Amino acid sequence: MSDFIGRGAAELAGLVADGTASAREITQAHLDRIATTDDRVHAFLRVDVEGALAAADAVDARRAAGERLPALAGVPIAVKDIVVTKGIETTAASKILRGWIPPYDATIVTKLRAAGLIMLGKTNLDEFGMGSSTENSAYGPSRNPWDLLRTPGGTSGGSSAAVAAYQAPLAIGTDTGGSIRQPASLTGIVGHKPTYGAVSRNGLIAFSSSLDQAGPFARTVLDTALLHQVIAGHDAADSTSLDQPVPGVVDAVRLGGSADLTGVTVGVVSNLAGDGYESGVVEATQSTVIRLEQLGAKVVEVSCPHFDYALAAYYLIAPSECSSNLARFDAMRYGLRVGDDREASLESVMARTREAGFGAEVKRRIMIGTYALSSGYYDAYYGQAQKVRTLIGRDFTAAFETCDVLVSPTSPTVAFRLGERTDDPLAMYAADLCTLPASLAGVPAISVPCGISDGLPVGLQIMAPVLADDRCYRVAAALEASMDTPVLAAAPAL
Amino acid sequence: MSAITRDEVAHLAQLARLAVTDSELDHFAAQLDVILNSVARVAEVAADDIPPTTHAVPLTNVLRPDEPGSCLDRDTVLLAAPATEQGRFRVPRILDIEE
Repeated sequence: MSDFIGRGAAELAGLVADGTASAREITQAHLDRIATTDDRVHAFLRVDVEGALAAADAVDARRAAGERLPALAGVPIAVKDIVVTKGIETTAASKILRGWIPPYDATIVTKLRAAGLIMLGKTNLDEFGMGSSTENSAYGPSRNPWDLLRTPGGTSGGSSAAVAAYQAPLAIGTDTGGSIRQPASLTGIVGHKPTYGAVSRNGLIAFSSSLDQAGPFARTVLDTALLHQVIAGHDAADSTSLDQPVPGVVDAVRLGGSADLTGVTVGVVSNLAGDGYESGVVEATQSTVIRLEQLGAKVVEVSCPHFDYALAAYYLIAPSECSSNLARFDAMRYGLRVGDDREASLESVMARTREAGFGAEVKRRIMIGTYALSSGYYDAYYGQAQKVRTLIGRDFTAAFETCDVLVSPTSPTVAFRLGERTDDPLAMYAADLCTLPASLAGVPAISVPCGISDGLPVGLQIMAPVLADDRCYRVAAALEASMDTPVLAAAPAL
Repeated sequence: MSAITRDEVAHLAQLARLAVTDSELDHFAAQLDVILNSVARVAEVAADDIPPTTHAVPLTNVLRPDEPGSCLDRDTVLLAAPATEQGRFRVPRILDIEE
């Protein structure tokens, strides 16, 4: 294994900046790592060898010309295949987009390229971001590097698997109901869902527009913050983008690195525990809370009664927005077209294309959303879910009056076996139990590795008020600094 | 909440432009019934006087200067089209044959 594999993004960028290593060598090492491991992990849907090496050469040329490089220049990154990339096939893991070559880059991809990051390829996900395990990918599931028979989480499971398997030091994910945090937790890495609107959605293939948010994955809290800083910020191309300064997440990591949480009040959410939570996860969470107290934090228990209804509200709101957003896949302007024999009607071509192009979970959600939005049911389902969403937001507001951050397990269980939940949609939805409240309220939340149960990693979720992402990073960094060895070090070698 | 019938699922599929098969109808009817019964829990919350939330971080009247910018050229866009004719998207017929 090359010397560059396993090193973090900050370290690799330092090697490039001071001329110890070229971006090309580092990129090639990661491409080699992908080549020797991805037949087992299946993190990537496609690897862009030529594009990656060309981008690396460009960074090396900039350095040779005496240019001062941006903070993460020359560092390889994996990007979830729901983020559009100019000239590189983007499918959202759906058959309906097989072969689609986007004519533009997502805003975050433009930012990554400008910052000199080297895009290695596009990672696997549950189709259109709907699922919790990558098993809804039309191209087969990704596997957890800790145990290849288990899920790396979802929907950004390709991204989490790539980082945990040392194929890339960084990755981009998207999180609608937990799709960054849960995969981070299940693979023993760090993943952050920024405040809704903090990172541009322009060029993210939309699933549930009021919830979708892109964010960073890395193996350390510092690397996660460095990537956060690259992708965050206002974008006029996204009308829901917040025109606010990016919180000082990197400074927060340095502050947290002292492992001193004096003056920080941590609220333990009593509603995110109980039935359905594995005892090993509960124990790891409890001992982590004790550790936070030892680091100087004041710990209190808080009740957020409406969190109990987050799962029901989410699985009405997200499918409703999905049924509307996915209407764009109409077989007319791009993507698959089935049954067009010049005789068949428009409606029949649309229906046959969508039948052939969408997987079962996507069809289920489109139909649930269609039902929830239909007249006669609207008030009882979608309308009521939106009111519950308000009450969940109020629970957060009340809790943040006394607490700086709230904590819970990220996932009620450790990584489950592939195939275990595929026939039971509700069991799959339950994987999002802890992550949904922050999604519905739009507040930032990070998952940071905090322990091991049954030989598999456990993550702690740290939630903060809107635009206080820095608090998530500070507490996560303090926790990381207090641990002797990283959780990921316990993963078996691939 | 009442159970969802096979006919209702067929109607939903038609509204959503999904040409689902007969065997899928049976499968989906059972699953959608379980899911809808579960999410119907939202009705337990007393929320009559609570305003709905459509967006977590509300923004109103997001404006920008009305200035022409660059856009994708026609050939680039048509490259991704499933069928084209004379520099345009070719779509299936939208009228009945006899009309």
